[in-house]
Amino acid sequence: MSVADAPRTDASGRGAAFSGASGGGELTVVEPLIFERSHAGRRAVRFPAASDEARRMGEGQPEVPSSVLRREPPRLPEVSELEMLRHFNRLAHLNQAIDLNFYPLGSCTMKYNPKVNEWAARLPGLAESHPLDPEKLGQGSLELMWLLAELLKEISGFAAVSLQPAAGAHGELTGMLIARAFHRANGEGDQRTKVLVPDSAHGTNPATATMVGYETVTIRSNERGGIDLEALRGALGPDVAALMITNPSTLGIFEDQIDEVIAAVKAAGAIAYMDGANLNAILGRFRPGEAGFDVMHFNLHKTFSTPHGGGGPGAGPIGVSQRLEPFLPAPIPVLAEGDAAEVMRQALAGRSTPGARFALDDDRPDSIGKVRSWYGNFGMFVRAYTYIRSNGDSGLRTISEDAVLAANYLRVRLHDAYDLPYDRLSKHEVVFSGRRQKREHGVTTLDIAKAILDYGIHPPTIYFPLIVEEAMMVEPTETESLETLDRFVDVMLQIASRAADDPGSIKAAPVTTPVGRLDEAAAARRPDLGYRFGADVAAAPAGSLSGPAGETPTP
Amino acid sequence: MTYSPHTDADRSAMLDAIGVGSVDELFEDIPAAVRASAWDIPSPLTEQEVRAELSRLAGRNRIPEVSFLGAGVYRHLVPSVVAEVIGRPEFATAYTPYQPEVSQGTLQSIYEFQSLVCELTGMEVATASHYDGATATAEAALMACRLTRRNRVAISAGVSPDTRRVLETYCSGPGIEVVTVPIDLAEGGTGTTRPQDAAVVLGEDVACLVAAQPNFYGQLEPMRELAEVAHAASAQLVAVVEPTSLALLEPPGAYGADIVAAEGQPLGIPASFGGPYVGLMAARMASVRQMPGRLVGATRDGVGRRGYVLTLQAREQHIRREKAASNICTNQALMALAATAYLCAVGPEGLREVAERSVIQARHLAGALEAAGLATRRFSGPYFAEVTMRVPNAAHRHAAMAEQGIVAGHLTERSEPMLHDTLLLATTELTTDADIERLVGALRDSA
Amino acid sequence: MSYPDDLAYSREHEWVRADGTRATIGITSFAADELGDIVFVELPEVGAALSQFATFGVVESVKAVSDLYAPVSGAVVEINEALRDTPELLNSDPFGEGWLARIELADRSELDALLDAAAYAEATA
Repeated sequence: MSVADAPRTDASGRGAAFSGASGGGELTVVEPLIFERSHAGRRAVRFPAASDEARRMGEGQPEVPSSVLRREPPRLPEVSELEMLRHFNRLAHLNQAIDLNFYPLGSCTMKYNPKVNEWAARLPGLAESHPLDPEKLGQGSLELMWLLAELLKEISGFAAVSLQPAAGAHGELTGMLIARAFHRANGEGDQRTKVLVPDSAHGTNPATATMVGYETVTIRSNERGGIDLEALRGALGPDVAALMITNPSTLGIFEDQIDEVIAAVKAAGAIAYMDGANLNAILGRFRPGEAGFDVMHFNLHKTFSTPHGGGGPGAGPIGVSQRLEPFLPAPIPVLAEGDAAEVMRQALAGRSTPGARFALDDDRPDSIGKVRSWYGNFGMFVRAYTYIRSNGDSGLRTISEDAVLAANYLRVRLHDAYDLPYDRLSKHEVVFSGRRQKREHGVTTLDIAKAILDYGIHPPTIYFPLIVEEAMMVEPTETESLETLDRFVDVMLQIASRAADDPGSIKAAPVTTPVGRLDEAAAARRPDLGYRFGADVAAAPAGSLSGPAGETPTP
Repeated sequence: MTYSPHTDADRSAMLDAIGVGSVDELFEDIPAAVRASAWDIPSPLTEQEVRAELSRLAGRNRIPEVSFLGAGVYRHLVPSVVAEVIGRPEFATAYTPYQPEVSQGTLQSIYEFQSLVCELTGMEVATASHYDGATATAEAALMACRLTRRNRVAISAGVSPDTRRVLETYCSGPGIEVVTVPIDLAEGGTGTTRPQDAAVVLGEDVACLVAAQPNFYGQLEPMRELAEVAHAASAQLVAVVEPTSLALLEPPGAYGADIVAAEGQPLGIPASFGGPYVGLMAARMASVRQMPGRLVGATRDGVGRRGYVLTLQAREQHIRREKAASNICTNQALMALAATAYLCAVGPEGLREVAERSVIQARHLAGALEAAGLATRRFSGPYFAEVTMRVPNAAHRHAAMAEQGIVAGHLTERSEPMLHDTLLLATTELTTDADIERLVGALRDSA
Repeated sequence: MSYPDDLAYSREHEWVRADGTRATIGITSFAADELGDIVFVELPEVGAALSQFATFGVVESVKAVSDLYAPVSGAVVEINEALRDTPELLNSDPFGEGWLARIELADRSELDALLDAAAYAEATA
């Protein structure tokens, strides 16, 4: 496909589906709220009535007292099934997604989510399994969790894995609670109060440190984009609980002194935490546990392709070294009876092992406790296990090789058109700067991102990491073809030349999306966070909303 | 099996453009001392093979023919249209709506979710979602600590044991002390939190009282009185609710709850061995700047089109970093969409039918067991759609019935030693009269 | 960029207009421009004691958040209630309608530690 010489008239490729958006006055509504489609008396799903027998049998039971009953039913939308489905289908059309187009959102690893994973997660035997089902009835779920944990251990080089955390940031919280439990067990709980975090880190790292009661100390990066080893050594001491370091970093760079970093942290008696957000670049090349890290979280929704769902569910299992194993969250799926090597061998051959019994080990006295209900986002485990087995040894290696290849390819193809503050080998992503376009043409990175939208491509992550001015963080992933990468290059080159020749057209972008740039300042100054029913309805919430009611006119 | 599109020729072309001779050169920045040794990962599988493996594991589970298991996770009908909506790739394969112009589908659906949660709970503002009900409850308690600048949390023993464990872990982070308010566990007692017991605990340094309606044992708590006791101590009431019950029960906003947390699983989400689910959180607008997690707000574009954006982001980790209200980033957006689609599909009448039918069957079940002389209610006073029954030799019979594919609810002694020989039995609209007959028969046979 | 001559400035981009023992404080146009569209201001309560160069509030824009540092010490006697509903005054008129608070000065000599308009202009150049 040749690059669009000019933006298409409709980036979604769906013609004029939304040109007839309804609405009067100054407010135009692209798709009404479901509440605005509601008509009293309409409905979709019905449920069978209770039998007379059922009512009669309950007659002697205590009544639910009228004092605890609500006076008005909740004003849920009243719509037919077709109206409801069309509403959500229309909303779906307003989204960009991996399954539609290129989505190089840096640090998020927006790779293809294979459909066989979805097939597996919907198998009734797995989807309908209740977390409290008697152990005997849940052997398949427990075996799957055990197998996944074993494979994650092998991939990462850690001694033990907990699948419980629900997302990457949740894995960070779990890991740091474990770090603190370790120091407390060693009598150093009161003494170690600081967590070191490089200045290129995700905001979740310092926010996590605070949630665990630690003080964050920021470590600067060196001129090559890596952690400044001297600054690190200077900050390490008997008051430091841990270093949280993202590797490869948010600059897409492998910390090429990582061995010395780990050694320094451990020599100071601190815990070496690796944020594994970017594991997609290093499968089969670097195993953090083997390299000496104490703890790392995986993002199953990144590296192991579980769909991002518009912002979750994710899954953030953690791997830990032997010395941290006692502190893992409980419970942990274990092989209670049977030989682990034999069970693994049989499972890899597609067979169940007679006599093997899986169980949940909740007898863990040193555990930090539970970090979420039940055992984790099990549906994500099914997908990740399916993905790891599908790819296997060679596939996992290929993932990282092709992801790194693609990022480096974009780096060299675009490095004349955009500034590249850290021009080194890339891992999963490459971070450009739009500072030249801003300085020379008054076109900001935000403008460039909005211009990219008009080509039907999701923009990179922008303004992060914070240490890069006007940052654009591009993560192409391994699943994009060379033609797609080339088209992205062409689009970016065209935008760079438009920024020089016709900056006004970039500042006016996007022009093909369902809505244009939205007034975020107004949204934050006078928050409108939910539909306001007519104020005359009796069941309206008590108390007055801050901000004028009815700010958003409704047709 | 690989999902890579690249041919060898593609790879060569890219290597040439980069100016390196091999892929290995792209990994030379990994220090030699820490490069990975060989790993033992199995060979790839084709789709046919991987399906066989997953079918094997699914087949190793045995889905009960009849189940009265609830205890926080409930089997409800998931309407087909809900599965259709969340299966749409435009929702499933998008991410956090950082670019609102191409994420209006996700953003508007979250705005609708927030609106629905507010309407169900009678509160003024709801977040875009949390990991699950337990973490939403824990975050609600931490939020109450920020709002009141106090550092102790009181929680009723009527809140699910799983949730209490999670709350304790979260509170251990910043060093917040958790005090448990007992419930009336006496034989024939109410099984609920006594306001006077809560009052004893609620001193000047307690930020909130956390209580569940209905509580873990299905019993209906005196929420209005608990709110009064909490407010008398200038503490907040965190109400933990079951969302389908709100078709019938008074919304927490009406009885004085300051923060509401809920497990959203009953709203169209399969049990799936414990997740993914969705946590709901709602509060008063005055507290919005202390709320954790994402919020979507309505605004407009330059030509007056209504649109939705992530808003009040300065509360969040990516801006406030170590001073953020929480570290939460990725949440459970697709599960929130499932809950949204569910509530739209069932509507007010459908949700009422679900709740009413569940309550009728719980009463049916308790009445049938009592009439057969097999069990007695462990607590007095009203319960909702789950009932705690005293059953002699419960553990043994529970196990024996499981062998026949009947799960006779939750064996409460697993989490509360005081409640031995006791089963917590849940019913939903899916519970048929025949299921109840089957349970009564099996319980009789297992005596 | 030039700044009003009748004000004193801190290096943290706050200004002071002293009048006897009373002073009005605010943030400079430079700070407002750097932050972008300001959406929320958290101010101390009347009666709160400020101490020079210590934080006393927070200002939020759409994508940034910044602490406010007191340019001088003193007790708050009035806060700008208009900012609650119209925080955009900080962008549109930072030296006028967008004032933050009035305080009873604890020590007038603290003003000597601040910059004049020319020095502040140089510091932000």
